[in-house]
Amino acid sequence: MSLLGGCNLVVMHPAGFVAEQQRNLVLASTGLMLLIIVPVIVCTLFFAWHFRATNEKAIYDPEWHHSTQLEVLIWTAPLLIIIALGALTWIGTHTLDPFRPLTRLDAKRPLPAGVEPLQVEAIAMDWKWLFLYPQYGIATVNDLAVPVDRPVTFKITATDVMNTFYVPTLAGMIYAMPGMETKLHAVVNRSTDSEGRSAHYSGAGFSNMFFKFRGVADKDFDAWVAKAKAEGSDLNQDAYLKLSEPTESEPARYFKSYAQGLYDKIIGLCTRPGQMCVSEMMAIDARGGQGGAEGEENYKRLQYDNHFAREGHEAPGATGPASGTGPHGQTQPEGMKPRPDMGNPDSRGARPEQAQPQPGSETPNGGQVAPKQINE
Amino acid sequence: MFDNVNLQQLIFGRFTIDEIPYHEPILVGTFVGVAVVGLAVLATITYFRFWGPLWRDWVTSIDHKKIGIMYCIFALIMLLRGFADALMMRTQQAIAFGDQQGFLPPHHYDQIFTAHGMIMIFFVAMPFVTGLMNFAVPLQIGARDVAFPFLNNFSFWMTVSGGMLVMVSLFVGEFSRATWLAYPPLSGAAMSPGVGVDYYIWALQIAGIGTTLSGINLIATIVKMRAPGLSMMKLPIFVWSSLCTNILIVAAFPILTAVLVLLSLDRYLGMHFFTNDLGGNSMLYFNLIWIWGHPEVYILILPAFGVFSEVTSTFCGKRLFGYTSMVYALVVITILAYLVWLHHFFTMGSGADVNSFFGITTMIISIPTGAKIFNWMFTMYRGRIRFEVPMMWVVAFIVTFVIGGMTGVLLAVPPADFVLHNSLFLIAHFHNVIIGGVLFGMFAGVTFWFPKAFGFKLDEFWGKMALYLWVSGFYLAFMPLYVLGLMGVTRRMQHFDDPSLQPWFIAAALGALLIAGGIGSQIIMFVVSIRRREELRDLTGDPWGGRTLEWSTSSPPPDYNFAFTPVVHDSDAWWDMKARGFSRPMTGYKPIHMPKNTATGAILAALSFILGFAMVWYIWWLAALSFVAIIGTAIFHTFNYDREYYIPAETVSREEAKRTRELELA
Amino acid sequence: MMHTDTAPPGTAAPVYFVTDEEGHHSEGSTMLGFWLYLMSDCLIFATLFATYGVLGRNYAAGPSQKDLFDLSGIAVNTAMLLFSSITYGFAMLEMDKDNRRGTQMWLAITGLFGIAFVALEIREFVHLFHEGAPPWRSAFLSSFYTLVGTHGLHVSFGILWLGTLMVQVRQHGLIAANRRRLMCLSMFWHFLDLVWIGVFTVVYLIGVLE
Repeated sequence: MSLLGGCNLVVMHPAGFVAEQQRNLVLASTGLMLLIIVPVIVCTLFFAWHFRATNEKAIYDPEWHHSTQLEVLIWTAPLLIIIALGALTWIGTHTLDPFRPLTRLDAKRPLPAGVEPLQVEAIAMDWKWLFLYPQYGIATVNDLAVPVDRPVTFKITATDVMNTFYVPTLAGMIYAMPGMETKLHAVVNRSTDSEGRSAHYSGAGFSNMFFKFRGVADKDFDAWVAKAKAEGSDLNQDAYLKLSEPTESEPARYFKSYAQGLYDKIIGLCTRPGQMCVSEMMAIDARGGQGGAEGEENYKRLQYDNHFAREGHEAPGATGPASGTGPHGQTQPEGMKPRPDMGNPDSRGARPEQAQPQPGSETPNGGQVAPKQINE
Repeated sequence: MFDNVNLQQLIFGRFTIDEIPYHEPILVGTFVGVAVVGLAVLATITYFRFWGPLWRDWVTSIDHKKIGIMYCIFALIMLLRGFADALMMRTQQAIAFGDQQGFLPPHHYDQIFTAHGMIMIFFVAMPFVTGLMNFAVPLQIGARDVAFPFLNNFSFWMTVSGGMLVMVSLFVGEFSRATWLAYPPLSGAAMSPGVGVDYYIWALQIAGIGTTLSGINLIATIVKMRAPGLSMMKLPIFVWSSLCTNILIVAAFPILTAVLVLLSLDRYLGMHFFTNDLGGNSMLYFNLIWIWGHPEVYILILPAFGVFSEVTSTFCGKRLFGYTSMVYALVVITILAYLVWLHHFFTMGSGADVNSFFGITTMIISIPTGAKIFNWMFTMYRGRIRFEVPMMWVVAFIVTFVIGGMTGVLLAVPPADFVLHNSLFLIAHFHNVIIGGVLFGMFAGVTFWFPKAFGFKLDEFWGKMALYLWVSGFYLAFMPLYVLGLMGVTRRMQHFDDPSLQPWFIAAALGALLIAGGIGSQIIMFVVSIRRREELRDLTGDPWGGRTLEWSTSSPPPDYNFAFTPVVHDSDAWWDMKARGFSRPMTGYKPIHMPKNTATGAILAALSFILGFAMVWYIWWLAALSFVAIIGTAIFHTFNYDREYYIPAETVSREEAKRTRELELA
Repeated sequence: MMHTDTAPPGTAAPVYFVTDEEGHHSEGSTMLGFWLYLMSDCLIFATLFATYGVLGRNYAAGPSQKDLFDLSGIAVNTAMLLFSSITYGFAMLEMDKDNRRGTQMWLAITGLFGIAFVALEIREFVHLFHEGAPPWRSAFLSSFYTLVGTHGLHVSFGILWLGTLMVQVRQHGLIAANRRRLMCLSMFWHFLDLVWIGVFTVVYLIGVLE
């Protein structure tokens, strides 16, 4: 490892207890496996060299093809390693389950009684991260600060496509999925200034979908919250919808407050006015659905995925002819910052004005919102 | 209603002239290159008046040997395309730091990594594997062809059709940007409108039909057409691994077909299988695609294992160590392949019990795999190893593969996967096993069976050069990715901010250049070998001191493979024949019953290509027309009852006399 | 065909070639191959069933099985398909007796039952569309239409195949190739029957009566 001293092996030098245990598990498993890998490589190379055709002194036994002892050995040796590794896995997977609340602050300190974990609601958007701090009423974009040695409970979701929430210094990753919630419990043990990001490809702006992650002392955290409260604006519904348009490399932003129930609406896919939330839909489904005209009425209120087409935005994975850019074009998809050094302006000239037809609303019988090119 | 009918859309669907990328220098350059090479090939064929033989002896051929060879050629051509993508990605990642954006914007880069993954798996590794199985399996079991020769031809052309659809997306429209497995919701109609994902779906569906049918074909061949005396426990290991692979194909590819149908229904008819809204469930797609996807990994690696077994025992001049445990290991791997799919998405949050179950089943697979490695090792033990090129690939494979296996087991530990998933560590791992396992195996197989297919060996110098460049290039390209993975670097990045990562990416790019040198050496190897073919000629049909039945006939084998069906008494049948002495019957030849060539397979595949293209571009009339034509052609084909003929005894006699003379000369 | 057991090593060289071979093409491999194809098809249905199992309660605040399905209509539908299986069996019995006319007659009856089945299914789908339950209404309906529709498509192809075979039997009689084809179609037809029993139980019976 000292050979690689020059580079920052962040997975090997985490700042949080969870990531540290994961690192230990990586090292222990690798060590266990090297027990068998190294002899195999050495023996292979040695046999290859020793039994080469030019070495007349080596034994040659063309009919030797079975040995019970060796057979037993070659099946049991890996088996024993896997039993050991399996035990490690079972224990490790359960203790490090991201859904499981922490019981320790680090290897030496158990969790003191009465500590209230910090709640953070992390939302993966196109292509930025929104963090809500319900206990403090503030929200931030692309900036995540947590106090050192205070457990954090993340609730994680996404707006349109899948992402993963990954802060290498803090803990392993977990998917952020639209309409669903995952959780992560973690703690940071020393002050740190690093990065977190989405590790699951989510469209054009994915490469720049990272955020600042800072572990700070309690008083600095309070100061940070106070600053957000003092300087930030309000993340009301309109501001949120504006924010949800695809953008890339968003600078860190702060909101002193956010719309009530925003997280529930995001996870319920009902941030736009008039939409039915998923929770309500599931309650109706549990009662056995809803036939008739009322059911047809619900249909319109439940459409969500086509909001890009409806609102005239380019979808995160659009290809030609639906994307405004030329095939394989040098121009940027919507929401991407300009890349001046790449030259070659858009081959098709200016992007058409954002005057998309509204597919869903105009088709007869309540209208399936199909991809826009179907209805064109 | 009729106001909306637009004549252009009626005729051309959503295709417009703007979809031809004539403004993109990279694409225009590629197109010019392809066009020049293509015209040169066409001109050469015309000049040498090769059209007739090409049509009669290759395109319409139902000879398993020729189909196998065509599969391998197709795989090599697609390898060039997939590798060009790889070089572009490596270059982009080596230069796009800080203010430098590189030369590929996200819009283009995303298509490239999607195409790279999809092409390398479906149109390089799969045809390679299928090609070798097609060529070698009937010969190894002493059969004259596969069970369904026409289907074999059809399967091949369907695979080509699918590949062509991907290639066309380069020049007409765009390819998918939704990664090689097209995870929804990103790949759904709402998030990926456009033709990209549709190209992906139709290419896979068309090629997938071919793959499934060829799987059925080879199972029936192995089960029903073995030579007398060749019981299951005497089968060459390559045949066993082919059997297991094809069982996996038949039991896995229908799931891929079904899940892609569901995705297309979402995209074309606005259904809600995998959407976010209206009750869809994208996690279902992850499960279904990996229930196919994990067996797919073993579909690729098992035939490579088979090749390594044959090559090792041949060049060690020794029976394979632990034949029985090899067979059981194969069977165990085949079964376990279905019980591990969830390890591809531990991070989706299935809970500790589920994750640890799938983690542990994954590790268990390493036990039979490990046993196989030991078996190859002990086959070398007390052998007399001739380091010809195929054997050198085996040693490179074992050393490389165990490293990949180790990182694979590491990734099977869920908490470790939480920090390594989707990182470059994962990329390094699967390239480690797919290049170090599958590709090395295929290269070993091609070098091993080439003299059987063409009657002369491949040039050794360039073969070794290719090996050194591939192996060193592989290590230089992928070891840095392991390190980068531990630095927390994610896959599929088009641009980086942290300049401290750059040296590692430059190293990786240099590694890719070395691999390019390896591919170049392989091309030179083929050219040089063809030019030196008289020096490299093998008249015996058994250039390596082989052990299995394919070496008992001439090189290249006659159309009918064996004048008399061999009778098998021992595993390593040909070795046994040589050891105990046999006399080649010189008289008493009988007419041999063989299937006739047919163009139906190629026609059906061409129609399927048109169907796919029309569906991608919403050209409904053409889609309907080609669909009706497909059904019509298929029905028309069934009215042909005259599908077989006899090779007259005189022809057989003449061929065999020629073989006798060659054996005397050798 | 000569068949020799493994000779103990050291004895004189055993027979290594089949010298008295008749030109043979194994008939059995067609049946095995077709069986394998059916199994692969079965996996497609398994995937669709699994999908229905996962999504079959996701009504998206829309109509459910109870709102939409009319069991008595489906029972008629089911009867059509079950009868067609029986009549196909009669066709095969006639084939065994080498009775071309009888075979053709029972095949025709089978085809008519099949057509009736498909027609009833189309009628059901049209009815559902009018009820405001098209496939894009909810995940439940998507998975329902796909499962049932895939089965219906299979039956339609079966009918096409059956018609083709009837023409071929008329042209060539009950020759070996045609018998083999009739056997394959028979397997296909009964397989679809079996799948339908699954559909009927899982989708309709459990959906409505639960």
